[in-house]
Amino acid sequence: MIKVGMADLKVCHAPDNLTTIGLGSCIGIALYDPVTKVTGLAHIMLPDSTQIRNNSNIAKFADTGIQKLLEDMIKEGALKSRIRAKIAGGAKMFEISGASNAINVGERNAIACRNKLKQLGIPLISEDCGKNYGRTVELYSENGDFLIKAVGKMPYKI
Amino acid sequence: MSKLSLEQINKMYPDVLTEIGNIGAGNATTAVANMLNVRINMSVPHVELTPVEKIVSAIGSEDEVVVGIMLGVENDITGSMMFLMDLPSAHHLVNRLMMRDPDYNEDFDEMDLSAIKEIGNIIAGAYLSALSGLTNLKITPTVPYVAIDMAGAILSVPAIQFGMVGDNALMIKTEMGDDLDISGYYILMPEGDSYQKILKALGLPV
Repeated sequence: MIKVGMADLKVCHAPDNLTTIGLGSCIGIALYDPVTKVTGLAHIMLPDSTQIRNNSNIAKFADTGIQKLLEDMIKEGALKSRIRAKIAGGAKMFEISGASNAINVGERNAIACRNKLKQLGIPLISEDCGKNYGRTVELYSENGDFLIKAVGKMPYKI
Repeated sequence: MSKLSLEQINKMYPDVLTEIGNIGAGNATTAVANMLNVRINMSVPHVELTPVEKIVSAIGSEDEVVVGIMLGVENDITGSMMFLMDLPSAHHLVNRLMMRDPDYNEDFDEMDLSAIKEIGNIIAGAYLSALSGLTNLKITPTVPYVAIDMAGAILSVPAIQFGMVGDNALMIKTEMGDDLDISGYYILMPEGDSYQKILKALGLPV
């Protein structure tokens, strides 16, 4: 199981698998080519690199992170037209209401991921976003299963 | 007045950030000791700028379940602050507050959660009033919110907040011991030009 950190992305081949631990408002984007079994996982923190002055780490943002993950997978032999996406995370960890736009960043992250995938023409086949709890995700290269683990819940696949 | 980054401020006035951390954490720890009527020794708080991607590993492992209390900060400066502690520390505090057996270790119920919120209130109130006294700025906390979840998930909130403006987060680690063993972290997340306002209020040129 290869670990993907916060604001990080990685690509692997079967039989290796990918995981990222403790997604809160961040989103884990799983891309998978079922034929070559080239598998990619990104852990993004923010929706839009163009709205941030300090945007040197492209894995930190939904727009640039998904783009880079796709490019890296194509380099590793994946075919763009076969790639399918699943996403998880984007929780609202604290029920704070109010002006601070950081609080609802989870939802904005999810929207940004959906938009970027649509723009790239990658089908989003399932997602588990929102709610108020953290998620650890595991992406299996054998079949593209995206396993989600949360505190006090049975692990489930999407 | 141009906008200074946390990195620039730290370079110009390293002692100021440390002092803000020290005075706030000291006051907050005293408030907890008074509330529980125990003696609490506190280590000198350790203040550091941590890269946002490393904020979780600075505290422990991503999947360790921790208690996070978050409050908004309003008035002259705006932003939010978080107090974070591990589960044993939270159980210690709640058991003490509810006058229970110190080894009681069941999941927190509604009463326990509101006790944790109250602890958050007291800690944040003491912290902010120290900062307010130091700077003469009006600083008030909003009601606290509690989350008990994986450290990675809870810390994504400050990581994102800091990530919007720069690459580093300001972490203040404090360990308290003696009657009670508690180790906790304060994370201050000022918005906009709040840090500049603090520096200015302290009479420093910015």
